[in-house]
This record gives sequence, structure tokens and C-alpha cells, in this order.
Amino acid sequence: MLYLELLIQGIIYGSMYAIIAVGLTLVYGLLRILHVAHAGLFALGGYLGLLITNATGSLLLAMPLAAAGVGLVGMVVYRLCYHPILDRPPYVALIASIGLFIAMEEIYRLVFGPYGLTYNDVPLQSQIAFLGMNLRTAELAIVFGSVILLGTLSYLAQKTRIGVAWKATVDDPQMAASFGIDPLKVRYLNFFIGSGLAAIGGIFISLLSNLVEPTMGGVPSYKALAIIVLGGLGNVTGTLIASLVLGVVEAFGTIYIGHLMDRDAIAFAFLILVLMIRPQGMLSGR
Amino acid sequence: MGIYEVSLATIVLINIILALGLNMITGFCGQISLGHAAFYGIGAYCTAILAKAGFPPAVTLLCGLILAGASGVVVGLASLRVREDFLAITTMGVGFLFLGIVRQQEALGGELGISSIPSAGMSKIGFMLFVLVLAALAAAFSLFIKRSWMGFAFDAVADDEDTARVLGLDVAAYKLSAFAMGTAMAGLAGGLYTYFARFIVPDDFGFITSITVLSMVAVGGIGSVFGVMAATVVLTLMPEFFRFISDYKLLVYGALLFTVMRFAPGGLAGFLQTALRIRKARGETG
Repeated sequence: MLYLELLIQGIIYGSMYAIIAVGLTLVYGLLRILHVAHAGLFALGGYLGLLITNATGSLLLAMPLAAAGVGLVGMVVYRLCYHPILDRPPYVALIASIGLFIAMEEIYRLVFGPYGLTYNDVPLQSQIAFLGMNLRTAELAIVFGSVILLGTLSYLAQKTRIGVAWKATVDDPQMAASFGIDPLKVRYLNFFIGSGLAAIGGIFISLLSNLVEPTMGGVPSYKALAIIVLGGLGNVTGTLIASLVLGVVEAFGTIYIGHLMDRDAIAFAFLILVLMIRPQGMLSGR
Repeated sequence: MGIYEVSLATIVLINIILALGLNMITGFCGQISLGHAAFYGIGAYCTAILAKAGFPPAVTLLCGLILAGASGVVVGLASLRVREDFLAITTMGVGFLFLGIVRQQEALGGELGISSIPSAGMSKIGFMLFVLVLAALAAAFSLFIKRSWMGFAFDAVADDEDTARVLGLDVAAYKLSAFAMGTAMAGLAGGLYTYFARFIVPDDFGFITSITVLSMVAVGGIGSVFGVMAATVVLTLMPEFFRFISDYKLLVYGALLFTVMRFAPGGLAGFLQTALRIRKARGETG
């Protein structure tokens, strides 16, 4: 019974990681940038979602609005931050991204206050009996929400013109450009979708903790960086598998080796272990 | 010099040793590390425990240096397995692993850290001069390495690892030596910090510290000894200059980091070189 409970907890966290990590892996797959400022967009999503929910009382309205808003900010981030330095060595974009993330955290702290915000009335907190366990509706919503969102995304990527254009650009930017696909448009779309997903992730985590604070993006995003590396960098399927595996490893690890190291350290110990055995990640890259 | 200026000068000098250590790894040898603070922490904790057990500074500092250098070799082994972005995330993981383990150990003081560490037995000014001598030695050592045969080999590894290997360089040995020397310097800096603060907590050695050190190296101009030293002085003192806007100092820090990378990706050294070249070119034509 304990095993099943840990497995379910792992899947809940894993789905949340997946929502954050897919955005990161999209950016990496297209531009080869470790996009640390993704964490800032994740937190912005949490803030927007909470503020809109508190103002209107509707979480269903808040989610798409926050996702669209953060998606637009993500496009601005690409234009101002990454677009001008794409031809520089990778550490340049990495450090610029970290600088941007620090600045974003500080803006949230100055605008929304250091102690964080809470929901007036936290949505989706009723208990549901599931396989003999009591789960919160929010936890189920995270799992199903992630499956639906990522499923839709993968469907769109395969079936629509724009999805095909996007995949072509990821595979071979030059060839795609010579077929008349505008790489800039693809990048904007990429940042819009990735950042929108991060916003949803931010809202999900705020439903579990009923707290949105300036530094909330840090740890989940560092773990998402670990996940995209585990998944083979830029490999979307690998990222999804790695998210779930990491969620489950963390859930079991906290019980069995929690006295040796904390939850975050377990995640990174697992990362290092896997990379030493398979340096290209669990599923190798493209 | 008042007490305040002496403390400020001491911390600047400690940071110079720390940053020159990372410059050895990232600057000279081209191996990016996002976990430098872990070695700073290993040196600090080792020194703190030995100092509390009654050993004199000469012994404790040396032990801190050796232990950090030895751990550096172990992490250096990872750099033989993984490269570039994979290495960046692996070293980031090492940082979180160190924090996560220290936090759970009663013997290391857990979250509360180690307090009432005995002093180094010098006056504040005496200690500052002691650190000054060590920082000067670290700078001289860096310059010596840079201009030696080993410096050329590091350059080759940083430039193109595979070509270096074809030329018959023992790439693995050079990478390991860079990690050993760089992390040993971080361990020394950590020991000095222990005697300076006489109170250490895990968060002193977190991800933010690693990033701060990396930004010193990047802003200074990767690989330039004098550039890194200048950037360390500026970035360490900057929060003090901006104390009149204390609430915004991190925002300014993040924004500056972003701006430097965005507009002068070669850092201060690169910026100066470009400026000199332009002046020279103007001089020649006009």
C-alpha cells in the first residue's frame, strides 16, 4: 500500500515537472540554450493565475489568461534576451539568462511583496477516494491536466501545418528555412508555448501549497534542467519519461534515504548517477 | 582604514581567490562549472570542524584545501564522461548534492550551521594582510600556469578537445589537474571565509554563490586573470555602493549581469580589447 501511495505521489510531482520541463526542452531543442529564466516565467504564471482567480473567482478563466500572458512575456524575453546573442558561446546566453532570472525574482519581490500571496479560497481542495487513498482534486487535476495539455500539443505538432513547420525547424533549421519556413516565427511560437506551459505549471504548484512567492521558480526549474538533461536534451519523449521517473525516484528516496540527504539532493544524486552510466541521458539525444 | 573597510577588503580578497579558482577550470580549461560553491563549502566546513577541534590555522586551511582539491578530482572525473551543457548541469547537481547532504547531517550542524568557530589568532588587519598575501600568491600562480606549457595545453583543450587529443595531449590529465587546482583554491577561500565569518550556514555555499562566482569570471572576461580580479572587486563591492537603494540592489545586480552578457559578451577584458583595437585602428588610419 505504501508503495502504491509513493508511486501516485511520484506521478503527481512527475506530471508537474513534465509541464515545466517540456518548455525548457523545446527551447533547448531549437536554440541550444539552457533557459534558466524559464523559472521566472513559471513564477509569473503562479502570480497571474492567483491574482486572476482571486479577482474573478474562476480558476478555469485564470489558467488560459495566465498562460497567454506569460506566453507573450516569453516571446518578449526571447526577442530582448536571446535573439541578439544566439551566435555567442553557450555560456553567454546561460549567464544572461541567470541575470534575467535574478532580476525577475527581484521585480516580483518588489511588486508583490516578499512574503508571497495566498488564494482567498483555494480551488480544488475537496478529497476524492482513489484506489483506497484520499487524494485532493488538485492532485488529480495536475495529472490529467498535464496529460491533456501535452497530448494536445503532440497532436498539433503532428497534424497541423504550423506543427510540421516547427518540427522541421527543430530537425534542420537551414533546410526548413530554404522551404520557406520563417525561423523567427517558429522561435516565437516555441517561446509562447513553452512559457505558457510554465505558467500552467506555476498555477499547479500554487494549488498544492496555496502559496505564490518570488523564489518559487528556483528549485522546480533547476530540477527541470536536470530532467531535460536526463531525457537527453531536446528530446521531448525522453523529457516526459525522465519527469515521471524523477518524480517517483524522489518519492521513494525521501522515505528510504531521506535521513542522508534532502529531496532536492536525491533528485540530483540520481541525475549524476544516470549521467555517469549513460552520458547522453536516459534516451540519447537527436 | 576602519573596521568596516578592513572587513570589506578581506571579503574581496577571499572572493578573488575563489574566482581565480573557477577561472582555472572554466577560464583556462574551458570546463563550465555551476557548482563551484560546493568546494568553497567543503573547504569551509573542513576548516571549521578542525578549528573547533583545536587545530591551528596552518593545519586546518591546508586540510580544507586538500579535501576540496580531492573532491574536485572526483567531480573532474565526471567531466571526462560528460561535456558542455551536460557538464554544466552535472556540476549544478553537485552543488545541490553538497547542500542537501550537509543540511541533513547533525554532525555538521544541519540547517543551523556551525557557530563560535575560534579566530585565526590575528588582528583584523593582520588577517586581511594574511589573506592579501594568499590572494597575491593565487594570482601569481594563475599567471604562472597561464604562461606555462600547461596553460597552452589548457587552451587547446578549451578550444577543441578532439583536436587536442589528436595532437597527442593527455586531455583527461589536463582536465583533472584544472579541476584539482581550481577546487583547491576554492577550498582555501572557504577556509579563510570560515576564519573571517566564524559562523557558517549551508546557504552560504548555495547555487546563488556558484552563480555569483561564475558571473565574476564571465564579467571579467573568461580566462583573463586581471579581468577576473577587477570584476571580483567591482561585483563584490557593488552591493555596498548601492546600499542607498538597498531594496533594489539584487535587481540592479541581475540587470547588470544580463546587460554585460547582452552587450559585452567578452566581459571587461574583451570590452577593453575591442576598445583598444578600435582606437589603434583609428590611430593607424587617421
